[in-house]
Amino acid sequence: MARVLLIEDDPNVRDALTLALKGRDHEVESATSGEEGLERLARFAADVVVLDLMLPGIDGFEVCRRIRATTSTSIVMLSARGDDFDVVGGLEAGADDYVVKPVRPQVLEARIRAVLRRADGVPSPVETYGTLCLDRASLTVSRGGRQVALPPMELRLLLHLSASPGQVFSRQQLLESVWEHDYLGDSRLVDACVQRLRAKIEDVPAEPRYVQTVRGFGYRFGPV
Amino acid sequence: MNWLRGLRARLVITFVLVGGLSAVGAAGLTYHKARDNLLTGVQDRLLNDFRHRVLLLSRDVALPAGDEELALLAEDLEVGDREVYVVRDGAVPSDARITAELRADVLRRPELAWQRVTRDGVPYLVAGSRVMLRAGGAPSGITVYLVESLAQAASDEAAVLRAAQAAALPVVLLAVLAGLLAARGVLRPVADLDRAARRLGEGRLDTRLPVRGGDELARLAGRFNETAAALERSVGELREMEARSRRFVADVSHELRTPLAAATAVTDILEAGADRLDADAGTAAQLITAEIAQLGKLVDDLMEISRFDAGAAVLNLDEVDVGAAVAACLRSRGWSSTVTADLPPDIRVPLDPRRLDVIVANLVGNALRHGAPPVTVRVRATGRAVAVEVADHGPGLPADVLPHVFERFYKADTARARSEGSGLGLAIARENALLHGGDLTVAPGPGAVFTLTLPRNRPAVERPSAQGNLPTQEPPAGTAPPVDRP
Repeated sequence: MARVLLIEDDPNVRDALTLALKGRDHEVESATSGEEGLERLARFAADVVVLDLMLPGIDGFEVCRRIRATTSTSIVMLSARGDDFDVVGGLEAGADDYVVKPVRPQVLEARIRAVLRRADGVPSPVETYGTLCLDRASLTVSRGGRQVALPPMELRLLLHLSASPGQVFSRQQLLESVWEHDYLGDSRLVDACVQRLRAKIEDVPAEPRYVQTVRGFGYRFGPV
Repeated sequence: MNWLRGLRARLVITFVLVGGLSAVGAAGLTYHKARDNLLTGVQDRLLNDFRHRVLLLSRDVALPAGDEELALLAEDLEVGDREVYVVRDGAVPSDARITAELRADVLRRPELAWQRVTRDGVPYLVAGSRVMLRAGGAPSGITVYLVESLAQAASDEAAVLRAAQAAALPVVLLAVLAGLLAARGVLRPVADLDRAARRLGEGRLDTRLPVRGGDELARLAGRFNETAAALERSVGELREMEARSRRFVADVSHELRTPLAAATAVTDILEAGADRLDADAGTAAQLITAEIAQLGKLVDDLMEISRFDAGAAVLNLDEVDVGAAVAACLRSRGWSSTVTADLPPDIRVPLDPRRLDVIVANLVGNALRHGAPPVTVRVRATGRAVAVEVADHGPGLPADVLPHVFERFYKADTARARSEGSGLGLAIARENALLHGGDLTVAPGPGAVFTLTLPRNRPAVERPSAQGNLPTQEPPAGTAPPVDRP
């Protein structure tokens, strides 16, 4: 069970999704516009925001950016068109995952579960790589002594990669193990997440040191 | 000799022929006429003069004349360069220029006979006559011969020839020049037309020609412009119509999405509650659920094909092990045990895995639905391409159906009830193949054989996102892959 904030302007879609999510034992708050959604979010401590991209007033991309600027709440986009422009824009704005409308409730449910799954806190000593410190017990990351706030998916990606420093993971592998997608997940999720992660943990994001691209294969952590 | 067939060469040659022939003809005629006038004039004058003198002087000769008389007459007749021989009839004067032929002629004829003789390159007029006692009277027994140089007349003639030649040569040169000029005048509009026609053929329908003057070429340019404008107009209308209908399909799909989104969201509630409804209502609920799923698939496919039509379909390339991807496609749909797969490992190709999955799922799905088992999937690698072949062992497709299978909403059997698919599956599969720079073809076999070919190498398509400082080479197989920082 999770606390879901649904931001969707079409009343029937909103009602139907609310009904479907409530039927799956989630606590659902809904908002009809981006402004209302952001206002609701301040009071309703949502675990996940299900966000339509096509909204009156401020659009979904902007809502996404504003949520990311203040909180680490997970975001699943509802892409009305499934068009690449929407998907790329939404992922760059900070969404953790997306579903394409019309979406079957099982699929939305699976996505919500996946983005909400917490990285497991394992008791282990703090790992230090260069200026980066990973604490797998408290699930915190700090760079140069300063704590870095990472949204759940970025944190999970970092912990997953750093668990086996030097090992190359393909995008598909990462999608399956971090995003829990089936084998056909959209690899742009990984690319967008890696970029956001690099912006926060790398000293020079254009010359990544921790999360490195292995061209033609995928990504790996270090070696530092 | 190809250039000889060009318009320029032909025009120049024509001009030279016409100009040259006229010049040579005119000069030749002039020369011929002038030579006649010159020679005949000189000759007539000389002969007349000679005749008069002979008539005049021969009266004073006493007959029968002695050698002395003859020598005297010859002396009297010699004027200037003229050489005169006075002999008795039948005697042979001592001058080789007086030929036997002339002598015979002289004996035969009552009046003056003459001949032109060239000796040592100098032309001579040689004449001879028997001297009569009176005009038309009896012969006097004396014959006079005249040998006179025509060198002056000949040199005049040569001068005329030189003048004619000198006049003809510039005319020929002028003809070449005029030919080139005319060729340029004609050829420039022709070259313009050639270029414009090529541009039009390349699809630049706004190509127009400048219309200069009012000659045939200008009219041709005008006609070209009219045709191009008409073409542009109709192509524009066609494109506009096509774009409108495509937009319409895209818009309809968009509009269908929102109600579908609402309906789809509640289908599982409807499904879950179906058992609690009475039998009819339950059946209705299940039917609605199934139809909504079908409608959702149709709208998805329409959206997909609209994206292809709009050129908005994007490849998300990744290095993919084709065999593994096909295996995963079969596995995820529960087909692994029903399909015979021959999937060699480690054939890595840059492709969009989602689109490969769409293609393979469509082909295998069709084979399982419409063909007969066993359905086989084979992946083969050649030097430059990878082929995925999906075959079944059913009756195959009739020959008249084969060319149409990739058409949208094409149904081989018009009487057949609605198929499970949207009718767009193969069209989308083919578009996906083309988007990769590959192709999807169908061949008659024992059953239907569909072959997807994908190029193994593509020009590197960079993803803008999340690529750090990249090494420029693909890692060779079997070695540690390079990383972006040493």
